[in-house]
Amino acid sequence: MIKRMNRLLLLSFILLFYSNISQAALEIDVSEGNLRPMPIAITTVIDKQNEQLGLGLDITKVIASDLAGSGLFYPINPKAFLDEINTLDQNPNFNSWRVVNAEALFTAELAYENERYRINYKLWDTFSEKSLEANYLVFSRNKWRNVAHMIADTIYTRLTGEKGYFDTQIAFIAESGPKTDRIKRLAIMDQDGQNPVLLTSGKDLVLTPRFSPNGKELVYLSYRNGQPQVYIYDIQSKQTYVVGTFPGITFAPRFSPDGRKIIMSLQEGVGSNLFEMDLGNFDRKRLTNTSDINTAPSYSPDSSNIVFESDKSGTQQLYVMDADGANVRRISFGTGSYSTPVWSPRGDYIAFTKISKGRFMIGVMFADGSGERIITDGFHNEGPTWAPNGRVLMFFRESPGEDGGAMIYSVDITGYNERKIETPGYASDPSWSALMN
Amino acid sequence: MVYKKALNLSVTFLLIFILTGCSSTRKNVEQILFGGGNNNEAEIVSNAIPGSSQDFTVNVGDRVFFATNSTSLDDDAKAILERQASWLELYPEISIIVEGHADERGTREYNIALSAKRADIAVAYLESLGIAGNRVETVPYGKERPVAACSSEACWSQNRRAVSVVIIE
Repeated sequence: MIKRMNRLLLLSFILLFYSNISQAALEIDVSEGNLRPMPIAITTVIDKQNEQLGLGLDITKVIASDLAGSGLFYPINPKAFLDEINTLDQNPNFNSWRVVNAEALFTAELAYENERYRINYKLWDTFSEKSLEANYLVFSRNKWRNVAHMIADTIYTRLTGEKGYFDTQIAFIAESGPKTDRIKRLAIMDQDGQNPVLLTSGKDLVLTPRFSPNGKELVYLSYRNGQPQVYIYDIQSKQTYVVGTFPGITFAPRFSPDGRKIIMSLQEGVGSNLFEMDLGNFDRKRLTNTSDINTAPSYSPDSSNIVFESDKSGTQQLYVMDADGANVRRISFGTGSYSTPVWSPRGDYIAFTKISKGRFMIGVMFADGSGERIITDGFHNEGPTWAPNGRVLMFFRESPGEDGGAMIYSVDITGYNERKIETPGYASDPSWSALMN
Repeated sequence: MVYKKALNLSVTFLLIFILTGCSSTRKNVEQILFGGGNNNEAEIVSNAIPGSSQDFTVNVGDRVFFATNSTSLDDDAKAILERQASWLELYPEISIIVEGHADERGTREYNIALSAKRADIAVAYLESLGIAGNRVETVPYGKERPVAACSSEACWSQNRRAVSVVIIE
């Protein structure tokens, strides 16, 4: 079974690499049915002491929802189960799980000790009848969602060989009010849209939040002082501070992979240029020096390179340069213009927004510009952000017209499994955090 | 005086009709002049005090428009900016903020840079006409503050603009 899952991933990678070139690969893949999600039985977390609280059932639902949301798993409807799990002490009757087509089986039990919960859990391969994972977590009640996401991440990792992405948050802009006078607020939520929290009042226009690598801060754009400037928001203390005093407006900020620097654009004269600022000693370093629009910089995960957009050719295109600004080379050559490049945390791909023939698309290409592939296409798709495992993207999609607005979507980099993230209102500019725990 | 002002106004209307390609409806003109409000235009014009921001908006023209992805000033835009410069020479104590704007058909950060460039180019032209740099500030709004909300060229062409806002201390 594990082998089959690896093969599924391998094949979806092959499909991803070659679907533009070879129609044959797609056909082989579809005829073999390799994109079928893996059926998994997620049994209700046993909670003998406090069953009436429903915590076991809540955790079960979040795990099942995470795994189903990935598009790689098919949690079997519990009503179809032939067997019940009442204890973790005995091995399950594997035959009764194979009969309902479960290839993997998840079992867990809650215990309450010293005012803290402990969850013991096991993951089984129903064909080999072997335990793939047996572990426990101790937690306080208010952390139950994180615990459910962490367990879902473990299941995902055991069955795909990839890191998970469920115990993560999304920073975004919550939007309200009419299109001509939109109120925009800094906000965060869990990856699945739960626990949305507004961080700013809406008095000042704010845009483009991006998580620090440790998930504790956001760097973003605010019109607090009338002019757009780059600020940092500390999520714990709720404090904000401006990132350096530049002679002009600053925008398009991102953290370096070690969290010690900010890279951003400074508007000066008739162009915008890229600068890097050290958050320790406030040293600033100029990286570009042209009269073009140079913006939307993003570091490679090893910090050796920076991808950005520039209109120096006449239209917005993607360029990669060394981290010190040397050796600038263009990487986008398709029809149309390219912007908002973001380097994958795995280092392999760069995701971008492409504008062609009046349509806005999200796509990926390899860091050298080869293998371009459009993932979604429509009236307006913009601003991709990577899940920490580099397998899934979020972006925002804006609907046209006077009542139009933005909503956040997630999609697998193969282009499959597009899902809308439920938010209380219009939402834009998503930024995906690293794993939180 | 009254006659002169009325003439002045009709010239402004004519200019705006030309600017908006003669296809604009009356509603569009009102939107351009008064920011889409429901006010009675005659009343506003008659109340416009010389040297006021209303005077500037109605009798001079507070905004210039740009082609898609362009930061170039066409002849219409230059004519408006020349009128703005003449007006600012009449009122040397007044300063302005030039707001740069873009339509919704671009990505957010590029549009901030583009709108900043539009504002800067409008300011550079005002400075070339003798307006001191310390009287003029710029704010780029990117695509964040459209005046027209529809998703077609009729609205996008109104949103690609640089607007001079009068600051009276």
